[in-house]
Amino acid sequence: MSSSPPSDTRRTPLYSLHAELGAKFVPFAGYEMPVQYKAGIMAEHRHTRAAAGLFDVSHMGQVVLHEAEPAMALEKLVPGDLQALRPGAMRYTMFTNENGGVLDDLMVLRRESDLFLVVNASRKEDDLALLRASLGGVRIEYLEDRALLALQGPQAVAVASRLLPGVERMGFMTGANFTWNHHVIFVTRSGYTGEDGVELSIPNTHADAFARALLAFPEVAPIGLGARDSLRLEAGLCLYGNDLTPDTTPIEAGLAWTISKRRRLAGGFPGDAVIQKQLAEGPARKRVGIKPSGRAPAREHTKILAGGSAVGEITSGGFGPSVDGPVAMGYVASAQAVNGTALDLEIRGKGHPAMVVPLPFTPHRYAKI
Amino acid sequence: MSTVKYTKEHEWVRVEDDVATIGITNYAQEQLGDVVFVELPEVDAEVEPGNEFAVVESVKAASEVYSPIGGTVVEVNEDLAAKPGLVNEDAEGEGWFVKVKLSDPDEVDELMDARAYKAYVDTLS
Repeated sequence: MSSSPPSDTRRTPLYSLHAELGAKFVPFAGYEMPVQYKAGIMAEHRHTRAAAGLFDVSHMGQVVLHEAEPAMALEKLVPGDLQALRPGAMRYTMFTNENGGVLDDLMVLRRESDLFLVVNASRKEDDLALLRASLGGVRIEYLEDRALLALQGPQAVAVASRLLPGVERMGFMTGANFTWNHHVIFVTRSGYTGEDGVELSIPNTHADAFARALLAFPEVAPIGLGARDSLRLEAGLCLYGNDLTPDTTPIEAGLAWTISKRRRLAGGFPGDAVIQKQLAEGPARKRVGIKPSGRAPAREHTKILAGGSAVGEITSGGFGPSVDGPVAMGYVASAQAVNGTALDLEIRGKGHPAMVVPLPFTPHRYAKI
Repeated sequence: MSTVKYTKEHEWVRVEDDVATIGITNYAQEQLGDVVFVELPEVDAEVEPGNEFAVVESVKAASEVYSPIGGTVVEVNEDLAAKPGLVNEDAEGEGWFVKVKLSDPDEVDELMDARAYKAYVDTLS
């Protein structure tokens, strides 16, 4: 059942801490990552929704774009409105291709003199290649020397503020520098669980000590990638490679809210014509929440039928510990993308009834400031 | 007098007369993590050695369970529908999957006894 990771598998600066905490490791995007700790996915998921969960997301790519007008330059690659960002403000957007498909989804934060990007682990090499090929005159710095932690849950900000006073005054989707033991930690009030929380970019050399300082608080438990996935699925958040691919557009994915009026009108990003057409006429298919009626989880690639005909496929599905039942997302033809529509899911050759439901499955509890 | 036998696929088989109760081992449930759903065959279904007869789903993934023996399903554990967590709490007791009337009781002799299974598990990890 176990297999050795390939020799080129990378480890994050928190690897030995994970091992000490009893992590079960899995290969993920070229890294050996903790899928769960001793408590298990279900308990880790529930702990995050009840208190505060600490995630190691150091495998994700942290990139800084320097020099004049990086926001204007990056807008050539993404439909997000980056020029409208005030210093300290963060935005969710995506790299698109010529067909309007998604090459990666990312966070972009404007700082006084640069742009800070966080991209997916599995896509970071391609993203860097794209940035280097497309952004002449912009210096692209990959932050190899920084780890990334996420502290998520209703008590996350209160806990973080004990080590980083002032974090509690940050607005949702903003970022700022804090110091801890004379080291600069760049904090954003954001996350991937649907809960309030922070993400912390910290020098590799101090990540272990900082993580241990957080874990010393009774509210904090370590959380693996297993619960990270079930938390984001319940929160209705997209996973790149599943819910977003080069063959799905932001409009089909229900992410039109990430594209401002100015950018819809002016375009100027890859695939703009396709995306403008879908905005005007509506896409042929849409990402929706899907609630199986029974107890059987419907996993990715499960075929979706309506009235006996195939209308789409599940892209993310599993068990939602907070929902206490199976939850899924998938793409269906627009005619079926209406809440309350009855569907059938083909699981192991048998039809299982399901229904189109609004996302998220668990209400978002982001900071209201 | 019942005997319990084990397979390399981490199933246990408890034989009483010509009926075998089958489940997954404690080692298997530890590897799977929290079980959230078990799909069982219907009563009267025929099972064959090496064929998939059940599916156990954890939060993370679905795993097939292969029958160690052949026969006819005479009973399934209805409690698992409402309480799949029984597989985690008591894999080799309350968390049983099915009872099968053996077509060839001698098949069971080829499986591992408790000591051989323990030795096998020790070689893993």
